[in-house]
Amino acid sequence: MIRPHRTHPLWFAFILHRLSGAALALFLPVHFYMLSMAITDPKALDGFLQFTDLLIVKCAEFGLVFLLAVHIFGGLRLMALEFLPWNPRQKTLAATSVALAFFISTSFFLQAV
Amino acid sequence: MLNLRLYMAQRLTALIMVPLVLGHLGVMIYAVQGGLSVAEILARTQGSLAWFLFYGTFVAAVAVHAAIGLRVIVFEVLGVKGMVLDLFAWAVFVILLGLGARAVWSVTFAGSFL
Amino acid sequence: MDQPEQLLDVSIWREQNGEGHFERFQVPRRENQTILDIVAWVQHHADPTLSYRFACRVGMCGSCAMMVNGAPRWTCRTHVQKVVKDNRLEIAPLRNLPVIKDLAVDMDPFFDKWVAADAVFQPSKTRHDPMARIAPDDAMRITASEGIECINCAVCYAACDVVASNPEYLGPAALNRAWTLVNDSRDSGQDKRLHAVAQNGGCHNCHAQQGCAQYCPNELNPTASISGLKRATAKSFFGRSE
Repeated sequence: MIRPHRTHPLWFAFILHRLSGAALALFLPVHFYMLSMAITDPKALDGFLQFTDLLIVKCAEFGLVFLLAVHIFGGLRLMALEFLPWNPRQKTLAATSVALAFFISTSFFLQAV
Repeated sequence: MLNLRLYMAQRLTALIMVPLVLGHLGVMIYAVQGGLSVAEILARTQGSLAWFLFYGTFVAAVAVHAAIGLRVIVFEVLGVKGMVLDLFAWAVFVILLGLGARAVWSVTFAGSFL
Repeated sequence: MDQPEQLLDVSIWREQNGEGHFERFQVPRRENQTILDIVAWVQHHADPTLSYRFACRVGMCGSCAMMVNGAPRWTCRTHVQKVVKDNRLEIAPLRNLPVIKDLAVDMDPFFDKWVAADAVFQPSKTRHDPMARIAPDDAMRITASEGIECINCAVCYAACDVVASNPEYLGPAALNRAWTLVNDSRDSGQDKRLHAVAQNGGCHNCHAQQGCAQYCPNELNPTASISGLKRATAKSFFGRSE
């Protein structure tokens, strides 16, 4: 249950930005470690990359790409909000960020499967 | 609890990363076609100064950006303060920078000395 | 005329000496009833020990601000029919401020932060100087005027999650006022003020959730004002750009 005072669109934009950022920050060490395996254990990395061909993994990657895209587009909205003259259409901009993120992650997914 | 310096560091690294993230997303959409393999990745990145600079900058910027971002979350949600908070933020920075630099090196110049 | 009287199921927060709980009352429903009417009815007919604040009861003073079904509102301007759900209402004191008793909160921290943000006018002239001439279409004056209708009701302060999670955060109202003064060309304390709002509890903690703008009964937008402060302090970060 979301607390009543939070049930408005721009709060959801905030929580999406925060959660996507946190998730990406937790994902990165794993991502970096796997890439280093290109040198330390390339056979294991190749095995893992083959595993990523599974549909369920591709769906997870779709999620990751979405998180990155929504974080950057949301972040751009925030920096525009902070450094450019005030734009009253914040809800529209927030919705546009999510839409663009879906577009990017769907493009990725369609290429990936 | 951001002061002006941390705030500017986070916004500046965000700005630096805008073209890098967009580039990375583009590369991923392109590269994921037909599956991934170590050979494919290294064929593109090994020995490449351009990729080294691209991802090297990316790693440095994200280490700063994520450390500050996680610092804010840990402060607001868990109430961590003072020295512990500073140590946490530095730890995140060092881990991301260390692992990230190792990853960048691995796919660019590490193999060229073998 | 002989319809059975409809009773509302109302939970009201009771607190004394730091201990609090919700108490339920059955309150007769009337046409055109406001939440303030509900609270007053309870105090008049059910429990005279209920403490609450109000003054003008017509939406001008901001004294009657409380949490109504979890959202900060002026109770004199909140009609029951707009907020009642399943015949239930929940009335609590404003969030993020210490409770004195029942529905009355201590506004001191709110006003202390007002002063800490240096949201106080610093004159640059004396009564012996000619009056300052400010054109009504002056851009800075228009910007300032967009934020000056604040009556310090603390609804925005109660709505803000950053205030809830960061005890040092100065809050939307204080920062909004600081911004109106940043845009006041008669003011002489700009450097000190920008310094005050750039500290640990300052404007950079705002995450633009815009709960303040969502709930401000005067339709102000403290987030926009705080963004202005961020711009002003960022400029000073890179050295003066005047």
